Amino acid sequence: MGRKTSISRRNFFARVGQGAALAATGGLVWSYLLTQQARATPFAIRPPGALAEEDFNARCIKCGQCVDACPYDTLQLATAESGIPIGTPYYIPRETPCYMCEDIPCVPVCPTGALDHALENIDDSRMGLAVIDIENCLSWQGLRCEICFRECPVQGTAITIEYHPRRISKHAMFIPLVHSDACTGCGICEKACPTQKAAIRVLQPDLVQGQIGDHYRLGWTIDSPITQEFKAGVDATGTSAPATGLDYLNEGSP
Amino acid sequence: MNTTSKPVKTGPNGRPVRPFVMPASFGGKLRVWRLLLLRRVVQLGVLLLFIGTVRWGWEAAGRPVLTGNLSSSELFGLIPMADPFAVLQIMLTGHFPLQEVLLGAAIILTLYALLGGRVWCAWVCPINMVTDLAAWLRRRLGITDLFRLSRNTRYTVLALALILSVLTGVAAFEWISPISMLHRELIFGIGLGWTAVLGVFLFDLFILRNGWCGHLCPLGAFYALVGKLALLRIRFDTPTCTHCGECAKVCPEPQVLNLKDAAAAGMIASGECTNCGRCISICPEDTLHFDLRHFIEAPQKPDTSQSNQRRAA
Repeated sequence: MGRKTSISRRNFFARVGQGAALAATGGLVWSYLLTQQARATPFAIRPPGALAEEDFNARCIKCGQCVDACPYDTLQLATAESGIPIGTPYYIPRETPCYMCEDIPCVPVCPTGALDHALENIDDSRMGLAVIDIENCLSWQGLRCEICFRECPVQGTAITIEYHPRRISKHAMFIPLVHSDACTGCGICEKACPTQKAAIRVLQPDLVQGQIGDHYRLGWTIDSPITQEFKAGVDATGTSAPATGLDYLNEGSP
Repeated sequence: MNTTSKPVKTGPNGRPVRPFVMPASFGGKLRVWRLLLLRRVVQLGVLLLFIGTVRWGWEAAGRPVLTGNLSSSELFGLIPMADPFAVLQIMLTGHFPLQEVLLGAAIILTLYALLGGRVWCAWVCPINMVTDLAAWLRRRLGITDLFRLSRNTRYTVLALALILSVLTGVAAFEWISPISMLHRELIFGIGLGWTAVLGVFLFDLFILRNGWCGHLCPLGAFYALVGKLALLRIRFDTPTCTHCGECAKVCPEPQVLNLKDAAAAGMIASGECTNCGRCISICPEDTLHFDLRHFIEAPQKPDTSQSNQRRAA
């Protein structure tokens, strides 16, 4: 300490280079660890009101106050072996689902806003989306089960039963269907599912949901009367432009 | 081993240099250990308040005592507290967190800026117990360092933590911090985070003395900067000091015990001092004491240098 050493300019730059290389290598390994952890986040079912994964990951300070607030001990903080970013809150629906408290106690205690305080109605939360494995669902085998339908807290909206009559000697099928516009992903269905491994699972919507794309126009969903004078290209305002090249189909009709 | 034949070594003040001798009586030992014991009580007490609130639902006047953990918490459901370094990293990811955690971070920042930044390290941080154990064992076993590393490395790690937070979009140190893993798992349930803590322990024990807290930890570096002007300091009474060096032997940050600087400032001025108080208990001459910066008089010196010292302090 304090001993004067004469170092040549070359030596000085070599030392600076060594320090920088060490810092850069350390930084690379460090950022690899971070990105590896972040990669697993799509598989975490987060508390109600959680922001989109990237924002949630950035904001969550891992304090566990949501875990403290949860009256059902649903939420837990991820440990190193949970396979999701260490210290962030999540839950395993098959073990303990979210029971959708009306006052949502876990959200207002979040100090950073990783859980969105704007969430006021628990029915608006989207923790995940229930997905049915139709090869193992009892109802899809023709058995009367429908437990998920009956247990669902957004009953009749998030899960509906579709009636499928069959031949006289066979029981009709009562098939559960999940609707993403109402399913909160609470996981009560997954917890209740009687199959050995749950045939209805909650996953993050991004993992399972497709997207039709804007170029499909489903005529029967367009809110205008369908008449004989059907013209392609009716838009929402009701104004229509004749579809060129299709007019000949109606030519000559009385 | 007979040293009596040699002339008695004297310090710069002319008094004989006496080594530290551990008192034989239990009461005497207790007096030496008093600050160490107090630190353990504070460290474990803070953890116990968290654990009691989470696991056993401790309440005071119907309010939870201390929810959360050392990253962010709430005292009596009223006073927010947050790790300012963690909040800084979050803000560097480009997210502006809610006022609550900002207020909490401001409260803790003010507290440690006044109290002495690294008071956190020695009196609250749970990893301190792990690294202290490693340091004690390594003294017992006489293990020497595997390599030398600059104690300023921690400031590079601190800078890396901030840069990586910007680049990766997550709070870089919070995501790998063995400190957070330890207190989180103690409070919320044990997972494999103890392996990271074991790593710190083995590193400190076999590889580098005070390796984690004294060389690498960016949180310690952060608080060292925060505590540069802190009030609570170790006062240094020049006349009684014989330069026996007992303090530097027990100090986890011996570079702060530069007695020349200490004599000039009248105190241990460096922010890297953790205010653990080991030197206070061990000093055979009773030279070192806790004091407030404001009340520490810089010793008589030529006028110019005194005013400089004052300003530097």
